[in-house]
Amino acid sequence: MSVSIDQVRHIAGLARIAMSDEELARLEPELNNILSWIEQLSEVDTDGVEPLATVIDQKMRLREDAVTDGDCRDDVLANAPKPEHGFFGVPKVIE
Amino acid sequence: MTDLTSLTIAQLRDGIAGRQFKAREVAEAYNAAVAGATTLNAYTVTTPDDALAAADAADAGQSNGPLAGIPLGIKDLFATKGVDTTAGSHILKGFKPTYESTVTANLRKAGAGMLGKLNMDEFAMGSSNETSTYGPVISPWRRQGSNVGLTPGGSSGGSAAAVAARIAPGVTGTDTGGSIRQPAAFTGISGIKPTYGRCSRWGVVSFASSLDQAGPMARDVRDCAIMLEAMAGFDPKDTTSLDLPVPQWEAGLSSDLKGKRVGIPREYRIDGVPAEINALWDQGIAWLKDAGAEIVEISLPHTKYALPTYYIIAPAEASSNLARFDGVRYGLRAEGGESLADMYSRTRAEGFGAEVKRRIMIGTYVLSAGFYDAYFTKAQRVRALIKRDFVQAFEQCDVILTPTAPSAAFGIGETTDPLAMYLNDVFAVPASLAGLPAMSVPGGLDAQGLPLGLHLIGPELDEQIVLNAGLAIEERAGFTARPEKWW
Repeated sequence: MSVSIDQVRHIAGLARIAMSDEELARLEPELNNILSWIEQLSEVDTDGVEPLATVIDQKMRLREDAVTDGDCRDDVLANAPKPEHGFFGVPKVIE
Repeated sequence: MTDLTSLTIAQLRDGIAGRQFKAREVAEAYNAAVAGATTLNAYTVTTPDDALAAADAADAGQSNGPLAGIPLGIKDLFATKGVDTTAGSHILKGFKPTYESTVTANLRKAGAGMLGKLNMDEFAMGSSNETSTYGPVISPWRRQGSNVGLTPGGSSGGSAAAVAARIAPGVTGTDTGGSIRQPAAFTGISGIKPTYGRCSRWGVVSFASSLDQAGPMARDVRDCAIMLEAMAGFDPKDTTSLDLPVPQWEAGLSSDLKGKRVGIPREYRIDGVPAEINALWDQGIAWLKDAGAEIVEISLPHTKYALPTYYIIAPAEASSNLARFDGVRYGLRAEGGESLADMYSRTRAEGFGAEVKRRIMIGTYVLSAGFYDAYFTKAQRVRALIKRDFVQAFEQCDVILTPTAPSAAFGIGETTDPLAMYLNDVFAVPASLAGLPAMSVPGGLDAQGLPLGLHLIGPELDEQIVLNAGLAIEERAGFTARPEKWW
């Protein structure tokens, strides 16, 4: 499978990364190179093989559904680029 | 008076405990060495007062942990309270966490101080440190008769260079696909990636969560064992953390391999790998035989597919993990965005470097509707087969020996093709995909005088056999070469 420049533009949109036409043009052959290289996995017979998501066999641990942390608004906001009135500030979303 | 920076962590620990010298003298010696080595670009931030404070606490008898008063370098991927943590990325410049990663908190609990934060490939994506927003780390090593700047490897390149240049006695690294082991090999030091889940990932900036694992890098195997014991342990804050006691790896060290079987995977003889690498591998086999081990040939049939599998799974997880960098909660925010979506995409365009963008793009593509099964699910199935290969191999052997990297360190700027760069981790990636403990120890020098590493892979949870086989090689290799000081 290979990607066209329009598809690269679409992926950049999904990934939320602004890209110039120049950058897209540079990326297209690079992505195609990598994609055709990973294509070799299609040679492997994986029929009946369960996909591996957890590499060391262990049960997902759930903690008690209780507040164990909190009251640290200033800590949470300490690194925000534009905190406003104790909230994260963002560009206007609703007119 | 001994040069304190020439001592190992074990020697420093014993010297401080035995009052042969003060921890403060150690911290001062290291702070001076760090200040004198800025040319290497190994540290992004230095914290001399932190190292001194831990030393004074040790000298005053206020801390008697296993690392009391030992100053360490910390890879810039670990969140350190109040100290810049940037993952080598422009997008996190100036980020000062209000919390401490579990691993560094454990090291502090053991009495260690911090010399500073160590440079690395951006978000740990790279094998040469060239993707760091701070510019590449320069290896203290040089080819004979040349002053070309070489890479210390990556992504834990600042960590590796710091240990090799004697500007830290030990450091933390992280390994997603070889990021501890390849730089250890390039710089003639030791480094171990433990079993996935041994060290908490809480407070470590995520790259690929099913692969990322912290580990120590140090001068020798014993120091790695000491540090790993302090770093590891169950952490309820990380759901993938293993709820198991931490073994006493240092006390368990033994280079006697009688009754042990060492597996040599035939698929790791790869075309195009320099003869010196294979010669060192043969030498390693002879050393382990000398230590009493029996050598058995094994097969890991899916080895060839490990790297392409990795380059689907790691970018997929990275694209998801790095979605949190959007200019809202921390880090950079691009100016001039008109809408929220515009602000996100400008921020990410400005904040991420080329390699990170490339991997986010690959990851986004392989996870997108229509391609998810063909790429991501397929890769997870192949990953299952790679893991099964190892499980079957460990029915025939106790530990596996391979080379660490397919070459010695290369020059900065010498490898420009992304695919060629990815090949650096060809020997390291399979163990990462299987979550196994694996270590690199120095084996010797190549014809140009550069270090080469040998790589040991153990079964799940058996760091001890990895350390022990590493120790057996260390004793026999007698690797004492050091880079000549030019910086």
